[in-house]
Amino acid sequence: MLSPQTFKQFSGKGKLKFDREALWGYIFVAPWVIGFLVFTLGPVIASIGLSFSDYDFFAPPKFVGLSNYIELFTRDRLFLLSLYNTVYYVIFSVPLGIIFAFLLALLLNVKLPGMNIYRTVFYLPAVTSGVAVSLLWIWLFNPQFGLINYLLRSIGLPGPGWLVDPTWSKPAFILMSLWGVGGTAVIFLAGLQGVPTSLYEAAVIDGANTWQKFRHVTIPMMTPVIFFNLVMGLIGSFQVFTSAYVMTGGAPQNSTLFYVLYLFRQAFRLLRMGYAAAMAWVLFVIVILLTLIQFRLSQKWVYYEGEMMR
Amino acid sequence: MAAQDIQHSTLSRTRHFSWYRVQKTLSKVLWYFFLTALGIIFSLPFFWMLSSSLKVEARIWIYPPQWIPNPILWQNYPEALDLMKFWQLLKNTLFLTTVGTFGIVLSSSWVVYGFARLNFPGKNLLFMVLLSTMMLPGQVTMVPQFILYKELNWINTYLPLLVPAFFGSAFYIFLLRQFYMGIPRELDDAAKIDGCGYIGIWWRIIMPLSKPALATVTVFSVINGWNDFLWPLIILNDANKFNLSLGLATFRGMYSTQWGYLMAASVVILLPPIILYFFAQRLIVEGIALTGIKG
Repeated sequence: MLSPQTFKQFSGKGKLKFDREALWGYIFVAPWVIGFLVFTLGPVIASIGLSFSDYDFFAPPKFVGLSNYIELFTRDRLFLLSLYNTVYYVIFSVPLGIIFAFLLALLLNVKLPGMNIYRTVFYLPAVTSGVAVSLLWIWLFNPQFGLINYLLRSIGLPGPGWLVDPTWSKPAFILMSLWGVGGTAVIFLAGLQGVPTSLYEAAVIDGANTWQKFRHVTIPMMTPVIFFNLVMGLIGSFQVFTSAYVMTGGAPQNSTLFYVLYLFRQAFRLLRMGYAAAMAWVLFVIVILLTLIQFRLSQKWVYYEGEMMR
Repeated sequence: MAAQDIQHSTLSRTRHFSWYRVQKTLSKVLWYFFLTALGIIFSLPFFWMLSSSLKVEARIWIYPPQWIPNPILWQNYPEALDLMKFWQLLKNTLFLTTVGTFGIVLSSSWVVYGFARLNFPGKNLLFMVLLSTMMLPGQVTMVPQFILYKELNWINTYLPLLVPAFFGSAFYIFLLRQFYMGIPRELDDAAKIDGCGYIGIWWRIIMPLSKPALATVTVFSVINGWNDFLWPLIILNDANKFNLSLGLATFRGMYSTQWGYLMAASVVILLPPIILYFFAQRLIVEGIALTGIKG
């Protein structure tokens, strides 16, 4: 077959040109490769070594074998608690966030005037993150004078203590995370708008009603987007930090001591660098395992275009 | 025009009156009702922040809360900004955000050109590695990176916050690649025939054509830089070098119950990203959709 590739092999000039392109290819990707080696791969390797050592900056690192890992899982009650707190947060905030974002996207996916304004309103909280938003939520959650308890009381519900009550502190963080689902909703909205209308038309010809169209066209076509949001949401919410650091610092009774907050405390407050590195690796293994499990499970429920419809 | 509309609608109403139409109008009304109710709930926190920022200290601690402050007090703004040394923090934040964004946009678009347009052995493998770094939690590299910066004597300087930006960011490289793939290759070939080198093609053809994507990356990077908290918290310990996020957290430590001050400062800090969002809404939304859907 005569393709440009085979042509190149026969002409000396073409071969030279190919090499030149490859050379330039390496020149262009070089900054990322260097950055990867220095800021990612190097630290990753160092981090493995560090996790088997004790290091506090003052004395040189001391090899201690598996003792950091053993301490994590056998003696460190706070570590297990932080893991529990984080899993609690992830289990609720990720699925609820996805359901909520999906419903929001469905509401926005109609051809009515003014939808852009609504989209703006729902997405706005997602651009505002960090310390200022965390402060706002401390004030919203104030048990006596906060807006949330005022609204709850005005419909006859008791206002819990939220950030000062160990039972309600984690739900408070989950509630706050739901306010920021606009980003996920925008991804869903783009997905909904990408579903070919011909599929809905075909469904109507087959006599499908609105629910059946939703159940047998929209949902299957959206499964890749749901899957993407599930994977990214899981990775992201395992790393919740800024809001917890600012809003509670782990209090009350360590009920909001999330994983990364505890890791930060070990590394930069107690200067136990090796211990923190071990914690980071445990987190990495958890996240990778959960992602792999999701990919495995996805074969059962995610529909990709080009596959045969069953 | 209006008269014609009315005539037209009465005409169609008399001709096609049916329960179906009533149902359709009703569902539209319900739809708007739901959206508006949700929209109000979503906006309430912002309204609450603004309202609190304009209240006298005594009016904050009242139950039930006042929706519209009476009297409206602007004094919280200048006082809070003064107390938190706002202008110094703003200068630092602007510097960090500008240089960081410049580095990220320039380096990411440079690297993407290699990944999206040129062929070389090992490219796919390298790109797979790049994608997998997006899955790696930042905490795995955080501690060794900190030790590296300490060895380099970079602690309490801006270098750890800025230098990595010049080596390309995986997320933005990924986002830009989706866009670069769509630029017709004939343009590269035509430029090559005209004697343009690879740098020339990147700078004169790809860069101008990818302006919308570069703008998206710029907007994301500016918002992220503005909100950056974890690394400044780890690296900076001199209050004169803090960025706004870090300064606000410190400010809160000193005035933890002065909600008028705290909300005024928060309003000011949230305003730039919000304004940027209003101007660049389309870019942001498209950028998110691009990474989320075609990924």
